[in-house]
Amino acid sequence: MQETWGPATSIPPQTPRVGPADAARYDERFASRAAGIMSSAMRDLMAISERPDVISLAGGFPDTEAFPQEVYEEVAEVIGREFLASALQYGPTEGLAELRERILEIMAFEGIRAQAEHVMITSGGQQAIDLSLRTFVDRGDPVLAEGPTYPGAVPCFTAWGADVVHVPLDEDGLRVDLVEAAMDRLAAEGRRPKLLYTIPNFHNPGGVTMSLERRERLVRVARERELLIVEDNPYGQIRFEGEALPSLYELDDGAGWVIYVSTFSKILAPGIRVGWVVAPPPVLRKMNMGKQGADLCSSTVSQRFVLEYLRRHDWRDHVARLNGIYRSRRDAMLRALEEEFPAEATWTRPRGGLFVWATLPDYIDTKDLQAKALDRQVAFVPGEAAFLDGRGRHSMRLNYSGVPEAVISEGVARLGEAVREFTDLHRALNPGAGA
Amino acid sequence: MSRIAVLKGGHSLEREVSLRSGANVEAALRRLGHEIIPVDVDQRMVRVLAAERPDLAFIALHGRGGEDGTVQELLEILEIPYTGSGVLASEWAMDKVVAKAHFAAAGVPTPPAYAFSQEAFRQLGAADALPEIERRLGLPVVVKPAKQGSALGIGLAREASAVAGALMTALAYDDRVLIERLVAGRELAVSVVGDDEPWALPVVEAIPIDRPFYDFEARYTPGLTELRAPADLPDHVAQEAARLSIAAFRALGCRGVARVDLILDPDEALWCLEVNTIPGMTDTSLLPRAAAAAGMGFDDLVTRMIGLAALGA
Repeated sequence: MQETWGPATSIPPQTPRVGPADAARYDERFASRAAGIMSSAMRDLMAISERPDVISLAGGFPDTEAFPQEVYEEVAEVIGREFLASALQYGPTEGLAELRERILEIMAFEGIRAQAEHVMITSGGQQAIDLSLRTFVDRGDPVLAEGPTYPGAVPCFTAWGADVVHVPLDEDGLRVDLVEAAMDRLAAEGRRPKLLYTIPNFHNPGGVTMSLERRERLVRVARERELLIVEDNPYGQIRFEGEALPSLYELDDGAGWVIYVSTFSKILAPGIRVGWVVAPPPVLRKMNMGKQGADLCSSTVSQRFVLEYLRRHDWRDHVARLNGIYRSRRDAMLRALEEEFPAEATWTRPRGGLFVWATLPDYIDTKDLQAKALDRQVAFVPGEAAFLDGRGRHSMRLNYSGVPEAVISEGVARLGEAVREFTDLHRALNPGAGA
Repeated sequence: MSRIAVLKGGHSLEREVSLRSGANVEAALRRLGHEIIPVDVDQRMVRVLAAERPDLAFIALHGRGGEDGTVQELLEILEIPYTGSGVLASEWAMDKVVAKAHFAAAGVPTPPAYAFSQEAFRQLGAADALPEIERRLGLPVVVKPAKQGSALGIGLAREASAVAGALMTALAYDDRVLIERLVAGRELAVSVVGDDEPWALPVVEAIPIDRPFYDFEARYTPGLTELRAPADLPDHVAQEAARLSIAAFRALGCRGVARVDLILDPDEALWCLEVNTIPGMTDTSLLPRAAAAAGMGFDDLVTRMIGLAALGA
């Protein structure tokens, strides 16, 4: 075969002719939705936390090393042999028909009944969140979300201009009474929320699960007060203990007030980027059009990978393997927190999912703590990242799924040192306070 | 044409800013026909530089490690000429407490301040001195980490009850902090260029938009600050700003390019806050804007900076 191109290194890199003085050219054109998505201080802290020598409890990374290599090779080989042309081709915007059928089985395992024509495959659950907001939210529209909310949803809220009203969580999940109170307050201003975004199972970052009673009440509120719910359920299967509770989608029983979002990121692997949304047909049509604009269709190679995997293997075995790993890691983190964190600190004890949410005494700002922690080469997500209104300053999200137990213990020990330093300092700075 | 190592990134909290400065500098050096050796500094830096033997090093690092004399010292040992100030000037400028002492000695006005180490609070009960400090300085005060290149960790305390919290924040970024009288006014920056006979670029004014003062967010986010270059100032004020900035540059023994941050108070008095020996070269940085106001393009600026590269303190 004739070589048409030389090695890439022989091509000189393009010499950019755009200098700093030209920045204004772009600045004046940026859409308001492109402005200030994440604070630069936060970005800088995150940039350091991504260095390989830093113990990162900041990520939300599932363990991809647990995925069996021979299974990957087998599925890849099948695709190459039997589905090459179609896997390399565009696919339908709503996703491969057979995969949508298979997704029903996965949902059925959690007790959710749905119909394939209500399912659309998305590029990760993340795209489904983005499409929900794109479909419903005009700039300035109120949207309810837990406080804290999923940090990854924050850029979506910001980009679509949602006016997010945070509703607190407690150990039983979203405070539904406060959802109603928030709706009352909005109603008094002549406004109403376009939707409520919630993660009922093993909340990210909150680490808590919505109780059955709250779920029933929330669905009742949705029906009575016409509140549209986006139920994000990436972690439902990542359960270490306890019984699964019915989803909001199931409790809604076809009334059409719940849009359901889930993903293969946690039950298979996030690099596949395949998720899905289940929505009533009129909503799905609009989301489908949104998706056409965003990416035409989700990767057909990835969809085929998931499909051929599901045909040949029981995904529940892989999930069971992952859950075993994560449970030990969660235990390691809770043990380490018990040993290392001060008595005034509180944290959640998740029965599944990937995260612990810890709250420190109110004299510690976790962004400052992050600076101290990075001196010790350990990173976490400061709580502020989970709010759009500057709250969360004394809290932090700690991930246990992406790091082995010994590293978790070491990371939390280093964090504990940093926290103690603040505590001592606080005492020294407030001699009268006696704290 | 030279082989130039561009040192960027690193471990400091200003890593990302440094990467952006470095990318701009690399683009300019390429346009100028130089050969680039990009170095994201880590444990291998000395080995890489010893092996590559560049003609000179362009330091685009910000904050600790890069701006405080550490990297400069290593380049001295490797005998690789580098842009910007030497070891001692870098170290002095990085430490706001030391820098202020030099300003005062050279007759450059700087807001009154007191500096404390973490140990002073932990072991010597310095907290009990806070009321007296507040009385002497008057409120509000600005609390700053002694060594932190950008506005990270800087806090404003409008009342006495907020001072302890601001100290907690500042002490997260450095073991030594200073409590400084807030001098409110217009925020000016003068970039000084040269070695023995330094000269000043036009004054740039940073006008924060809806912010209490020129903080970290504003410093690096387009739109939060409006930069005016040259600043709209009476001639005598602009000349005085240039004179003081050159005096501050000399007081620390700077070389190459350094940016002097000043406040112009409502009585038209100028106060020198600090000198940055490695000014940002990002798209929103003050130095490139100052150069542009003097009719000097980014590439000309970079050419001048490498022309001033040298060895020796």
